[in-house]
Amino acid sequence: MTDVAETTAPVLGTSPDRFAERTAAVAAVAAQFADEVDRDARPPREAIAVMREYGLLAAAVPLEHGGEGATVTELSVIATELGRACAATGMVFAMHQGQVMALWRHGGDGAGVLAMIDAVRDGALVASSTTEKGVGGDARRSTCAIEPSEDGRIRLRKDAPVISYATEADAVFVTARRDLDAPASDQRLLICRTDAIVLSQTSTWDTMGLRGTCSNGWILDAETTADAVLRDDYAAISARTVLPVSHVLWASVWVGIAASAAERARAAVRKQARASVGTTPPGALRLAELLVDLQLLADAVRHAAERFDAVADDPETLESSASALAANALKIGASERVTDIVTAALRIVGIAGYAATGPMSISRHLRDAHGAAVMVSNDRLLQNDAGLAIMTGAIL
Amino acid sequence: MHQDPNTAATPVALADPTAEQAVRRALADHGRLTVDAMDVAPIADLYALGLTSHATVNVMLAIENDLDAEFPDSVLNRATFASVESMVAAAALATAQ
Repeated sequence: MTDVAETTAPVLGTSPDRFAERTAAVAAVAAQFADEVDRDARPPREAIAVMREYGLLAAAVPLEHGGEGATVTELSVIATELGRACAATGMVFAMHQGQVMALWRHGGDGAGVLAMIDAVRDGALVASSTTEKGVGGDARRSTCAIEPSEDGRIRLRKDAPVISYATEADAVFVTARRDLDAPASDQRLLICRTDAIVLSQTSTWDTMGLRGTCSNGWILDAETTADAVLRDDYAAISARTVLPVSHVLWASVWVGIAASAAERARAAVRKQARASVGTTPPGALRLAELLVDLQLLADAVRHAAERFDAVADDPETLESSASALAANALKIGASERVTDIVTAALRIVGIAGYAATGPMSISRHLRDAHGAAVMVSNDRLLQNDAGLAIMTGAIL
Repeated sequence: MHQDPNTAATPVALADPTAEQAVRRALADHGRLTVDAMDVAPIADLYALGLTSHATVNVMLAIENDLDAEFPDSVLNRATFASVESMVAAAALATAQ
């Protein structure tokens, strides 16, 4: 017999899995502080603390490094659940995972890299600094360079327009030119533990949505050792790991935002339906339509996660033009769809959804959702795609 | 057949005439059963007596409306609506929220 819950539950990833209970516990904390985090544009510290405590930040650390070896599919489910509760919390989780996976996939076995893997296994939170003032948001080019210092160490100064949750992180992973003579595209990824950097704030993140990511601008001064540089060049790290994983996990968070808005829409329709049992209220049709979009979005995101897991150890496939197009397609498609779904939810809920606060408000969802298309501009991705599209088709 | 998902709550819930009344009324008005909902045995399989999954939606809404409560998502499954007894147990959870 089919369980009715399979068709009525709006929640994704409800099937029992090894992270489900811990994820639910973190989500409960995240939900409790979501409105406050949004209002005050402050980091979701409580949720971060619980993510650390319950091992969610360490979830992907491979078994051979003492971790649980979570797949991207598992991380995707976690990201969605966190995003349902608090999009900022979900994004912190997603951005962290996109970085830390580079450690064991691309780091090599230098002492600095291995120590960082241990730190992540023990709950360290990792932020990232990829974009840079003067390169127009292109993460694949750097102005700053890794410079040798007098005592055999290395140093780096980067003027970063955004570093998300820098104040909460235990390390920041920073892209930079390989050395002072390297071209802008010859990048490396450098582990900067927060005890080895000085951050000077240059701007304040006061945005419409995703306010809790606290993506302030910073000048970052780091001094560390050469073994803190990951082995692979950043072109490979980006193509094989950071870009595909980040797009899947960000989109997973957006599914959570959309699912949460859909839940409020469903609650509103159910209330209308109770008022005249037997007559389907007009909102129910819109809700059904919304759920079509939400299901398509969720399926696309989960499928992309599973596809990554299937080719995770196949560099040739991951570096192909088709994979790059597919990763961008997920990002562009999911970010457009999430705003559509949340807007539809707002229309269904009506005035209570239009309210800035309250249990039926869609305000935070709508503002958070619009961040999706803006962070890493869809137009930039399309422009990148335009070159690839001439020679590559879709993965069918 | 399906058992009450929350047996511990059942004796208390069945002792609740308000909830049982609400369930039976909802079944009578919206359940489209082949038998009289007011007389059907508490443990009888309602799906065998004509209840459809479409009808359960209206039954649920009517109970919620009557009791001014909302069933939690966790009990919204086929087993909950399989019998008067299990619906009364779920209604107890709903009103306890």
